[in-house]
Amino acid sequence: MSGASMTAGRIESARGGLIARNRWLLARRASQLGVLALFLLGPLAGVWIVKGNLSSSLTLGVLPLTDPYVLLQSLAAGHALAGTALAGAAIVVAFYLLVGGRAYCSWVCPMNMVTDGAAWLRRRLGIPGGRTPSKQFRYWLLGATLAASFGAGAIAWELVNPVSMFHRGLLFGVGLAWLVVLGVFLYDLLVSPRGWCGHVCPVGAAYSLIGKASVLRVAAPRRAACDDCGDCFRVCPEVQVIRPALKGTGTPVITAANCTNCARCIDVCHANVFRFTHRFDRREAS
Amino acid sequence: MVRDTDRSQAARRQFLARMAGAACGAALVGTGLGLYAGRAGALPASALRPPGALPEDEFLGACVRCGLCVRACPYETLKLSALGGAAPTGTPYFEARKVPCEMCPDVPCAKACPTGALDKAIPSIDDARMGLAVIVDQESCLNYQGLRCDVCYRVCPAIDKAITLEPRHNERTGRHTLFIPTVHSDACTGCGKCERSCVLEEAAIKVLPLKQAKGRIGGHYRLGWEEKKKAGGALIPEPLQLPVRRPDGQ
Repeated sequence: MSGASMTAGRIESARGGLIARNRWLLARRASQLGVLALFLLGPLAGVWIVKGNLSSSLTLGVLPLTDPYVLLQSLAAGHALAGTALAGAAIVVAFYLLVGGRAYCSWVCPMNMVTDGAAWLRRRLGIPGGRTPSKQFRYWLLGATLAASFGAGAIAWELVNPVSMFHRGLLFGVGLAWLVVLGVFLYDLLVSPRGWCGHVCPVGAAYSLIGKASVLRVAAPRRAACDDCGDCFRVCPEVQVIRPALKGTGTPVITAANCTNCARCIDVCHANVFRFTHRFDRREAS
Repeated sequence: MVRDTDRSQAARRQFLARMAGAACGAALVGTGLGLYAGRAGALPASALRPPGALPEDEFLGACVRCGLCVRACPYETLKLSALGGAAPTGTPYFEARKVPCEMCPDVPCAKACPTGALDKAIPSIDDARMGLAVIVDQESCLNYQGLRCDVCYRVCPAIDKAITLEPRHNERTGRHTLFIPTVHSDACTGCGKCERSCVLEEAAIKVLPLKQAKGRIGGHYRLGWEEKKKAGGALIPEPLQLPVRRPDGQ
């Protein structure tokens, strides 16, 4: 058993089929592509289920959804908003309070596929280390963009936001936005491992703030069965969130706001340590 | 013990240094963005905002770049600016010379706006002020040369209100009349049909954003004849009798 724990890959290949071992990853890709497809159906096929983009949209002519961060910038810029955008943002905040703040990042945001691709390629090519900004940088940037919006009286981050630029580009014409997306890819690949989503993006930082109180969480109820193979640490985009739940003595729930609920740890753990639960579930199974 | 304190102090110093770095970096980015956002407020003269748009400086704080107005436009007039495009990234605009506004009576683009960047409550498309048509070049406008082009006048959805033809003596021939296309800002919505259909290779009539197109009289000015009209009569009891001042004996 001790030999097996050193070569996690071998254990993994012995456990279930390729699909079973990547269940959550596949579900996540399906969700990301599904959301994108819903938006693209209109402009490409003329089937208008969803109009707009991730900044603000209207589904089936009745359901308004608005990104809370862009709304905050608008408020900071001094614009008192009309009804539908406020309602849309309230619905979005309520939804992510249920399913996990940064679930947006791993289940909806199109940029996630770009940065996951960069992380995957980085692992494959064995590109070492690199420099990452402080974990707090994104929160400072969140604050700075709000201050800039206030100072300029204009929504500041949207002028350069790679996330909305990418999504908008796919739906409304890409212009030079692909350069920005390529920039993020290369930044994650060559400069800063998992740098963009985890350290820079203020959109993710805003969703992190929602995640501080969100209900649906990944937990490690079978942490007693952990054999320290390190697979979860290798795949996790926010490595630091696992340790307190997995190795600590407190709650087994990963309560850190930066956990994106991507569930990749559930996928890769051969000891089935992790599972989804709610934030107040302190039960441990053996 | 001493070493522990040293270590924790070193860790704290490192933490503070990283924190300060992050804060300074973010502040730098924020400042750059703020300056860029301020500059990006200058919309090029060829890019016009949809009907009901707030004044440009407020618009950039209110528009979330969602494109719902673009989707609501039945004529594909409106576009979202891509990075490197005519207008600030992601904001809606149209170019009159390419596709003008068709002036839908129910203004569906403004109705679709979720944030109030476009005024949902705009009573009628006639109240829209997307810009103002201006004859930018009298030297090439055919009507100014004495020809009867009249196209801008004919296509104007508010014909005889927004554009009129004002007769003027043709000095060149001495016996003809020039019909001068004249735009009236109280009726022009800035839809851009005139600019779109100007027959010249480069349009002589262009719709400009209001800020570029309009002058403004000083707030303290009072035009006598206007004041007289408002008051319903002369504001002074009778015409002034001014003393005659002539050199003696004349």
